[in-house]
Amino acid sequence: MNRLPLLFVGILLVFSTSWIGLVAYPYLNLGHLAPGTSSDGLVPPPMTASAIAGERVYAANGCIYCHSQQVRPAWLSTDIQKGLGPRQTVARDYIRQSPTFLGTMRSGPDLSNIALRQPLPGWHYQHLYEPDMVTAGSIMPSFRFLFRVQPIQGQPSLEAVTVRGPHAPPPGYEVVPTQDARDLVAYLLSLKHDYPLPEVPEPPKAKK
Amino acid sequence: ASLRGPVLLFFCSGIAWLLLGSLLGTLAAFKMSFPHLLDSADWLTFGRVRPAHLNIMIYGWASSVGIGVGIWLMARLCRVALRHRGLLMGAGVVWNLGVLIGTVGILAGQSRSIEWLEFPGWATPVLFLGYALIGVWGVIMFRFRRPGHVYVSQWYLLAAFLWFPWLYATANTLLIWQPVQGSVVGAVNWWYGHNVLGLWFTPIGLASAYYMIPKVIGRPIHSYYLSILGFWSLAFFYSWNGMHHLIGGPFPAWMISASVVASIMMFIPVLTVAINHHSTMRGHFQYLKWSPTLRFTVVGAMTYTLVSLQGSLMAIPSLNNLTHFTDYTIGHAHLGLYGFFTMTMFGAMYYIVPRLVGWEWPSATMIRWHFWLATSGIAIMVASLTLGGFLQGLELNDPEVLDFLSSVRVVAPFRFIRACSGILLSAAHLVFAVLFIRMLLRHGVRQVGPALFSAPEKPGDLPAV
Repeated sequence: MNRLPLLFVGILLVFSTSWIGLVAYPYLNLGHLAPGTSSDGLVPPPMTASAIAGERVYAANGCIYCHSQQVRPAWLSTDIQKGLGPRQTVARDYIRQSPTFLGTMRSGPDLSNIALRQPLPGWHYQHLYEPDMVTAGSIMPSFRFLFRVQPIQGQPSLEAVTVRGPHAPPPGYEVVPTQDARDLVAYLLSLKHDYPLPEVPEPPKAKK
Repeated sequence: ASLRGPVLLFFCSGIAWLLLGSLLGTLAAFKMSFPHLLDSADWLTFGRVRPAHLNIMIYGWASSVGIGVGIWLMARLCRVALRHRGLLMGAGVVWNLGVLIGTVGILAGQSRSIEWLEFPGWATPVLFLGYALIGVWGVIMFRFRRPGHVYVSQWYLLAAFLWFPWLYATANTLLIWQPVQGSVVGAVNWWYGHNVLGLWFTPIGLASAYYMIPKVIGRPIHSYYLSILGFWSLAFFYSWNGMHHLIGGPFPAWMISASVVASIMMFIPVLTVAINHHSTMRGHFQYLKWSPTLRFTVVGAMTYTLVSLQGSLMAIPSLNNLTHFTDYTIGHAHLGLYGFFTMTMFGAMYYIVPRLVGWEWPSATMIRWHFWLATSGIAIMVASLTLGGFLQGLELNDPEVLDFLSSVRVVAPFRFIRACSGILLSAAHLVFAVLFIRMLLRHGVRQVGPALFSAPEKPGDLPAV
C-alpha cells in the first residue's frame, strides 16, 4: 500500500458504494414521488402559503431538536398504540415538505399528527406563548418573542391570545401573535396523516 | 518549522471555538432543566443555541484542530516541507470566517434545521472554499513525499482529506442548494451526518493514535496486516452506517437493513484497531503515569473501542427501539466526539505544540487538572445521559403510559447532572486555553526536559514526551 494511485482509487471506490446505495438510489426512487388521489383530492394535500412560511419558522427555531415527525410501523414499535398517529408514515407523506423534519429526538412529543390531537389554533397560541399554561410541567421554552404585548386600543383584538395567571400581560394590554406565530400555527395545523394511501392500509381501528 | 504558522492558527481558532461551544452547550443543557432561562430573546432560544453549539464544535473546534493535527502529521510522515504557507494560512482564515458567519446565521434565525448542516446556504460555500484549499494541501504533500514506507496514519489522513469534500459537496448540493424532495432529505442527512463522524473525524483521530502511541513508547505498531484490515473494513462498513439513525422511518426496508448490518460489522475494524493498539501498548502501560500525550491518546483510543461497540449494539432494532429518540443517543454522540476524538486531539496537541513553538509545557499541574476535569466531566455527562435516556426510553415505549410528561419527569434529574458536567468540561477547556496561551507567550522558566506528570523511577524509562 505504498502507491498513491492505488490508495486514491481504492479510497474513492469503496466510498462510492455507500454513495450509490444511500444517496443516489433514494434520490432516483423516492425523490420524485407523485401525490396520490383520494375522494378529497390530492393527498397529501398541498400546503398553504402560510404553512410553507411556517415551516421556515419551525426550522429557524429548531423545533426538530425535541420533536420528531415520524410514526414507526406497528410491528417495530408502540408508536401507533401510544396514539402518535392512525398509521405509520411513509415516504409519500413527506413530498410537500422542504426540508423534511423526520427528527431524531422525542424530548417533546412526536408532531406527525399534532393537528389531529390539537386542532384548535387558540391552544397552539397559548402553548407557544407559555407552554406551562396548557401543559403543566412542560419543559418546552416559551416562544413569546413570536408575540407582541400591546396596549388595548378600543375593542380588544380578535386575535388576542387568552393568557391568565402569572404570565398574563398587565391590565390594559393584550398578547397578539406576530405573522411568524400565525404561520407557525398554520404549519402545525397542516401536520396530519388522516388520509389513505395505497401503500399503507389503515390498521384496524382497535387502538388505545 | 514551515508548519508553525498554519498549524498554530488552526489550534488557536479551534480552542477559541471550543470555549464558545462549551458555553453554548452548557447553556442549552441548563435550558432543559430551567426552560425560562434566557427565554426572552429569539437568538438565545434553545432551538438556536443547540445547533450553534453543535456546529461550532463540529466545524469550529473538531475540524480545525483535526486539520491542524492532520497537516502536521502528514508533513512529518511524508518528510516534506510545506510550500506556499501563506495560502494555507489564508484557507484557515476563510474556514473560520465560514464558521463565524454560519453561527451568526443560526442565531439570527437562518438555520436550515438539517442536523449537522444547520449553517445557512450562504455560509457553506465559504466553508467549502476554505476546505478545498486545505484538503488539497494534504493530498499534495502525499504526492511529493520522500520515497520510502507509507505509514498507516498516512492512509487514514489521505482518505479523510478525500472523503470530506465528497461528503460536504453532496450534502450541500442535495439538501441546501438544490433541495431534494421529501424523505430523501433524511437519507442524505444521515449518510452525511454519520460519515462526518466516521470518515472525517475517526480517521484523523486514528491516524493520530497510530502515530502517537508508538512514538511515545518507542516501539513499532504490533501488526502491519491488522492495520490494513482495519483501514479497509472501516472504509467499507462505516460508510454504510447512516440509516441506523432512521430505523422505522419512511424508507425501503433494505436501506435500513443494510445500515444495521454494516453497523454490526463495525466490530471488525474496531476490534482490529483495538487489538493492534493494545498489543503495541502491552508491557508499557507505566508510561501513562508520565506522558500527557500518551494518557490523553490512550483514553481516546480506549473510548473509541467502547463507543463503537456501543454504537453497533444501538443499531440492533430491538435495542434501537429503546434508545431511539432519547438522551441515550446524545450520550453516545458525546462519548464519540469528545471521549474519543477530542481526547485524542488533546493528546496530539500536547505532543505537537512544544515542537512548533520550541518551548515545553509550563505546568504539569495544569495538565493534570485539564486531564481530570475533562475525563470526569465526560464520564459524568455520558453516564447521566445513558442512564436517563434508558429510563426515558422505557417510558416512551410503554403503551400503558399515555402521559407524555412522565418521560420528561423521569429524565429530569439526569439532565440537571448532565448540565453540571458541562461546567466541568468548560473548566477543563479554560485550563487548557490558559496553558496554550502561556505556551505561545513562552511563559515560565525554560525547562530542560518535557513536562511529565511525575518523574520516572528509572532514568531509562523516560518517554519521548
